[in-house]
Amino acid sequence: MADSALIGTPAGTLRRDGPSRARRRERASATTLGLRTVALFYVTILVLVPVCVLAYRALKPGLGAFFTSLNDPAAQHAFQVTAVVALVSVLIDTVFGVAVAILLVRYRFPGRRLLSALIDLPIAVSPIVVGLALVLVYSPTGWFGPFEQSHGIVIINAKPGMILATVFVSLPLVARAVIPVLEQVGTEQDQAAASLGAHAFTRFIRITLPTIRIALAYGVVLALARCIGEYGAVLVISGNISGQTQTAPLLIGDDFQNFEQDQGYAIAFVLVLIALVAILLGAFIRRRQKRGT
Amino acid sequence: MTATLVEEVPAHDAGTSRTPRRRRARTGLPLRGASGTSLGVIVIWMSLLVLLPLAAVVGKAFGSGWHDFWSSITSSTTADALKLTVGLAVAVSLVNAVMGTLVAWVLVRDRPRGAGIFELVIDIPFALPTIVAGVVTLAIYGSKGIGPNLFGTRLGIFVALLFVTLPFTVRTVQPVLVDLDRDAEQAAASLGARPQTVFRRIVFPQILPAVVSGATLSFARALGEFGSLVLIASNIPHKTLIASALIYGKLQETTASAEQQAAAIATVLLVASAVVLVVLDLIQRRIARRG
Repeated sequence: MADSALIGTPAGTLRRDGPSRARRRERASATTLGLRTVALFYVTILVLVPVCVLAYRALKPGLGAFFTSLNDPAAQHAFQVTAVVALVSVLIDTVFGVAVAILLVRYRFPGRRLLSALIDLPIAVSPIVVGLALVLVYSPTGWFGPFEQSHGIVIINAKPGMILATVFVSLPLVARAVIPVLEQVGTEQDQAAASLGAHAFTRFIRITLPTIRIALAYGVVLALARCIGEYGAVLVISGNISGQTQTAPLLIGDDFQNFEQDQGYAIAFVLVLIALVAILLGAFIRRRQKRGT
Repeated sequence: MTATLVEEVPAHDAGTSRTPRRRRARTGLPLRGASGTSLGVIVIWMSLLVLLPLAAVVGKAFGSGWHDFWSSITSSTTADALKLTVGLAVAVSLVNAVMGTLVAWVLVRDRPRGAGIFELVIDIPFALPTIVAGVVTLAIYGSKGIGPNLFGTRLGIFVALLFVTLPFTVRTVQPVLVDLDRDAEQAAASLGARPQTVFRRIVFPQILPAVVSGATLSFARALGEFGSLVLIASNIPHKTLIASALIYGKLQETTASAEQQAAAIATVLLVASAVVLVVLDLIQRRIARRG
């Protein structure tokens, strides 16, 4: 472990290889410098500069105008809807993700590989197709339409549908974060506890949950970022009704189509800040994870 | 597939007392009680959420026969949109294969000052909502942006796609580079191999599966991307209309035939996604066999 950590750092490689390697590094430095410049320039132009320009555009009208844009009733409501849909979706993602991860790692059953492939599918499916698929099944003219109407259930153009769409697109994130850790720790402790008579639920709370908690936190952060930002699938299924089913991302889209760029930039900037918090949180958690193992 | 199934059963039946040293994923407990119930719940949930809806798309696409499906996806607007989408996705994954590998290389092997910040910057496109990625692109390349005006051009779509897919190749190649054993490289270098030769003959073959799987993921993402493109594309048929935007447009028409056409285009994208997943699975199994 310590050895591989040494190799990972440039200081370590220098120490290991001695002066001859250092000289070669110097000779190769023109190529290295060229590659470095190209790579960092690419990332800067593609990501860093555009995000900074967005921040500039959002704050250009002044802080007062910025907060007025955000205090607009439509914007306030959009943030509320986003929060409710994202939180419920993440909760479902978490329960489902942990359950699937435990099943896939610890148990064998027919169709195990199929289930493993299926939970990855949402990553590869277009959000618009997700929306269309859910509409075809849950709209009043869809497969379950008659059942929903006779039981007074409303899914399409309402929050339940938006939550379904959001859960669909964020489905594998929690499970994929937890699975590697579960595979690593194995089941010895769990089996020992079971042989001593601990109930399945106790074993989960006392043994499994503490071992996966950091990975789980990482998965939840990823899922939350995804759930807050979903656009295409939610656009199709929510009907995008202002003041009712409009989320913050949907409002941004409308703002730019209705030439209210200032509000669009302001909300987009808020979402950028949320994303940055998620990234920093993720990096922090990953560092703890590395130290923990 | 059948071979692996046959293999794992005796491995488990041989008894849990013998510690299975071979592969942990191959062993597992049989289902009973609580675990059986939770599998049941998960299967029902997956069916309601994923399987039935996707089946409904395919069912709708072929609902009025093979002929309608074929004419839906071969009409000139749709065929052009599909060609454009696939072409852009191929181009994006090729650029990512090269640039993503380069960025990963610089971050792992060169580690210039400030690399830590770039590590975080790489994650931005993943964490940003897609529509915000669209706003970001618009702020630079929109008609009122500070850069060249790419509004309603294919180049504009291409740049937006590069933005949202940047992390894929970087994040798949990076861990492989970190874990790479450098003995062989150092041996080759000490025998006088030039750095380019060392990279081509030793490093490249080892990171190739990661590069391919990163590029494949970018391809899948680019194929279905919508949110980051709606603001910049302006959806001009035959020019900048991509498949997802076309499906969304069809859904706004609210006629039965438009819904069937939307489902037909969606089916083409679904088949492409399935192919991508199979390719990724094959790559991963190849890596697992080797490692």
